[in-house]
Amino acid sequence: MAHPTARITLASPRASRLLALAASLSLGGVAAQAGPPERVVSINLCTDQLAMMLAAPGQLISVSHIAADPLMSVMAEEAARYRLNYGQAEEVHALIPDLVLAGPYTSRYTVGLLRRLGVEVRELPIVERLDDIPETLALMGMWLGREDAAQTLVAEYRTGLAALAPDHDHRPRAVLHYANNYTSGTQTLAHQILSFAGFANIAEEAGLSGGGTLPMEQLIMLMPDLVISGQRYPGLTRAEDVIDHPAMEALRDRHAGATVTDAEWVCGTPAVLSAIARLTALHEGGS
Amino acid sequence: MTNAPLLSLRDFSVARGPCDVLRDVSLGISAGECVGLIGPNGAGKTTLMRAALGLMPARGQSSLAALDRLARARTVAWMPQQREIAWPVSVETLIALGRNPHRAPGHAQSAEDRAAINAAITRMGLEGFRTRAANQLSGGEQARVLIARALAQETPLLMADEPTAGLDPANQITLMELFATQAADGHAVLTSLHDLGLAARHCTRLLVLHRGRLVADGPPEAVLTPDLLAEVFQISAHFAQSPQGPVFQPLGVIR
Amino acid sequence: MRFSLLLALLGALVAALFAVSLLVGPAGLTPAQSLAALIRGEGLAETLVMREIRLPRALLAVMIGASLGLAGAAMQGYLRNPLAEPGLIGVSGSAALGAVLALHTGLAASFMLGLPLAALAGAAAAVGLILVLAGPGGGSITLILAGIAVSAMAGALTSLVLNLSPNPFAASEIIFWMMGSLADRSMVHVWLALPLMVVGWALLASLGRGLDALTLGEDAAATMGISLVRLRLVLVAGVACVVGAGTAVAGAIGFVGLVVPHILRPVVGAQPSKLLAASTLGGAAMVLAADIAVRLILPERDLKLGVLTAIVGAPLFLHLIYRTRREGL
Repeated sequence: MAHPTARITLASPRASRLLALAASLSLGGVAAQAGPPERVVSINLCTDQLAMMLAAPGQLISVSHIAADPLMSVMAEEAARYRLNYGQAEEVHALIPDLVLAGPYTSRYTVGLLRRLGVEVRELPIVERLDDIPETLALMGMWLGREDAAQTLVAEYRTGLAALAPDHDHRPRAVLHYANNYTSGTQTLAHQILSFAGFANIAEEAGLSGGGTLPMEQLIMLMPDLVISGQRYPGLTRAEDVIDHPAMEALRDRHAGATVTDAEWVCGTPAVLSAIARLTALHEGGS
Repeated sequence: MTNAPLLSLRDFSVARGPCDVLRDVSLGISAGECVGLIGPNGAGKTTLMRAALGLMPARGQSSLAALDRLARARTVAWMPQQREIAWPVSVETLIALGRNPHRAPGHAQSAEDRAAINAAITRMGLEGFRTRAANQLSGGEQARVLIARALAQETPLLMADEPTAGLDPANQITLMELFATQAADGHAVLTSLHDLGLAARHCTRLLVLHRGRLVADGPPEAVLTPDLLAEVFQISAHFAQSPQGPVFQPLGVIR
Repeated sequence: MRFSLLLALLGALVAALFAVSLLVGPAGLTPAQSLAALIRGEGLAETLVMREIRLPRALLAVMIGASLGLAGAAMQGYLRNPLAEPGLIGVSGSAALGAVLALHTGLAASFMLGLPLAALAGAAAAVGLILVLAGPGGGSITLILAGIAVSAMAGALTSLVLNLSPNPFAASEIIFWMMGSLADRSMVHVWLALPLMVVGWALLASLGRGLDALTLGEDAAATMGISLVRLRLVLVAGVACVVGAGTAVAGAIGFVGLVVPHILRPVVGAQPSKLLAASTLGGAAMVLAADIAVRLILPERDLKLGVLTAIVGAPLFLHLIYRTRREGL
């Protein structure tokens, strides 16, 4: 098994460092292991979905419970066929996995404990660009010993993306408005989805690169043409109250066909193609 | 001056749990009387007065408890034993509280209210204390302020629970003389007392409570007999009429 | 005469802080722009900012501050204890529990006043419990112990409800419900809170005479024409209305009902009825000032109001405990 960092380009130095750390820490396990892993447990929403797309039958034995939530996961129905876990070290260890898939935001304690218990844990870096998705698929394919399946998906993704290729002169200004006035800046996948579909991201005018809050007052003064609101979840929270704030409603009324971000926007998987397609349609309808 | 009693109790009993702490008390107090309520600790003095005021449930009849809140507040002023002044309000403000029953809510003090407050302040010699914080005065001064509050209420009946407790002799005597004067002026006073000397000298009538029953009711010289003192208080005493008035001095405990 | 001057000064302070509150915000509007937008509706974005974001925020600061100041003064007057404060003794926390239950069970979504009424029920239960535990004869220690128990229970149950919620944002809102904030509230919240608050203000304002009489203790007050039963009921209902409605829309903001009456008591000559009116205005001024401060200190983060009020209030609370102890109350 080759060193994973040798084959992929990583978007952020932090992620590559984590990955190198993960690789070096799990070296012993890798050396002892012959052939692809047989009992894979995923404890992160994005690795859940990629693993479900790529794993051989019977190879993936558990995904996180979030993967079964249709509000967050594009593969909720499929996830319901797996055993669901809550990402706790003891619970995961009891499944006797030979590979655990985690994300960079998985609890450090959980990852550390699993490694102390001798479980191999691999952490998939965050995808920040549409161009990173093929590499992510390839990486997951390699971890699972499913390189061919990954190559098929990569080819499909590239074709799909090319079909949606940008051809826009007019770029309406849009804002991504999530709970707690959170928005996505230029260094995010959501920004790339937005740009690819022909919209200008207003967070760029506000000077935001990563994710961050854009105070509602400031947002309104920027007067976006389109408000793309965050997904709402059951129960009423103050965090989500801002989405329906009267001032935001007034902004939304300015552009027909307001839309929401949903499960398709969350992870860097080929599902982003349908998010782009819907946005592109909105762009063409609105302009 | 004697007409309908200001306070009348008939077959008045108070229960605490299964047993009566006050049993079948009947009495009447009329204008012009300064009545001392005496009895050993736990005889039921406080219970009698609080229940008569309607502050605790009782059986039998009490003319005061039967009145509505406002009518009662215009009939009787009550001074609890606990001298409570919760906040550092000015002496004048505190005394003005006595005018509550006479003042409609939301209305400013009338000339009558101010006259009553000023009279009470003068009467208790509190002229120099008007703006002082009432709860920072000495015990004796606080007692005078609270009496002034009761006087400002301008009720025909004044009831006080051990008002002399904790006062120095001069303050005790001044207070008892004030009660006697009130009675002589046509008001009525009912006060519980532990000091039998004060009771003998200043009261026109004494009520003796013993184990929840009214065992004697009459002028001091008729009530404070050696037999009663021995039976109720378990003391012997010297009691005589002198040129300066009645003198009562407890001498010893009878075992 | 001096009292009306004090009220006029406090009123002017509230008005000035209200104006400042309208002028502070990340949108960077000049005062002239702000006024033109607020009053004449000049500029679409400016008008939205002024009328839909800053105006409700300033109005809620006044309403909630007034409520907390008034409720604190009323509870202290009734319990004759300067430590009684809706936030500290768990009334706000219980109101928050009621609000959280309404939000996450769907009660709040099912009818208009579901949210504030549920918060009111929570607050009423807590005030009732506190009065039973620390009412007549209960000293400061009883009050504080009862308050600790009620607060802890309400806080734990609030956390439980939020942790059980399927909403991914719920758990992170524990801090909002415990510390309170006015950020990004709207006129919807003003209208949600106002009806109950008006009822509560009227109830509490009627208590002045009774609370004055209580200065002399329960027995003396009862014989001066005060109905203690009615007084207690009105107090519970009034505090529940104002604290419930306020907490439902802004979370539990502590210490306002402690700090404001404490500062104003000597100024009004300690008379409970006068303190009610003065604390109402003082509370409005304090919450307005705190809400301006959170926006100046950390303009782009939602610093919780309760953080500031606690930084001011907690040392004062300790001082009061120390003094209470020294006086042997």
